[in-house]
Amino acid sequence: MADDPDHDHSGGSELSEMDARVRALETLLTERGLVDPAALDGIVETYEHEIGPHRGAQVVARAWTDPDFREWLVRDATTAVASMGYGGRAGEHLIALANTPEVHNMVVCTLCSCYPWPVLGLPPVWYKTPAYRAKAVRDPRGVLADFGVTLPDSTRIRVWDSTSEQRYLFVPMRPDDTEGWDAERLATLVTRDSMIGTGLASAPSQETVS
Amino acid sequence: MTAPAPRPPRDYPFEAPWQAQVFAMTIALQDQGLVGAEEWAQALGARIAASAVPDGSDYYECWAAALGDLLAAKELLSREDLLRTTAAWHAAAARTPHGQPIVLDAGGSRAGGVT
Repeated sequence: MADDPDHDHSGGSELSEMDARVRALETLLTERGLVDPAALDGIVETYEHEIGPHRGAQVVARAWTDPDFREWLVRDATTAVASMGYGGRAGEHLIALANTPEVHNMVVCTLCSCYPWPVLGLPPVWYKTPAYRAKAVRDPRGVLADFGVTLPDSTRIRVWDSTSEQRYLFVPMRPDDTEGWDAERLATLVTRDSMIGTGLASAPSQETVS
Repeated sequence: MTAPAPRPPRDYPFEAPWQAQVFAMTIALQDQGLVGAEEWAQALGARIAASAVPDGSDYYECWAAALGDLLAAKELLSREDLLRTTAAWHAAAARTPHGQPIVLDAGGSRAGGVT
């Protein structure tokens, strides 16, 4: 097996170009005191495990059940969301808009991938693709169709271009047949895509069971 | 309802450890005020706009390149230092037996690509 590289332990290891380059960045930034490796671990842990669209779902469910909170959210989303403990980076300039039968809002970042991290986590892969970034602007109804969503012709679709200074969270319409549900249960119906505007909240029959 | 609300399924945000690391470094630099949100969006956007990969699968490659651009522009990290230390990491890997952790020698970034 001498010619099998996996078994030739004298042959050394290999790093991909990106792996080596990012290690080099970390080596240099650490040496210069610009980043602290322990802080990096904390950041990765936070974004992998703590922050995600379950937070936005709680915000939306509360807006559905608490008219005062809904009013606050639409008036000053950054502060309203921070009151639930969801503040921090990329949430400083948050705008919340409610989707209605008349107007359906959708968000895209045409420049890169600006996204409201504190309430939705990091963006899904499709949000970052050139295809979505172009089509959301040109043909939002087509994008909705791609996501399996058809809205009445009478519903106006507004597409918002997110930037580092303005990020968006949409409050989807509350599904029918959810009278009497509390916010916790309603949150199970709030999908990530419904808060980006490429989807709707789930119907009660699709309630997530865990 | 007494049961805790189930969390909706989430996409895993990173496809490789280096993606998580370069993301975290960018956040750490922003937290310290060394990189601004707007200049970061511009730098990342420029790399994404220049990308020839149609499906956007090179997103974190663009991210890493944008961070290098910004650090070089701010004279926090020269391209030469980055190239030399990248070569040092490749060299360290080459002399590390398969399966063992790869480490730079002491002062590794300055040891450069000398093999």
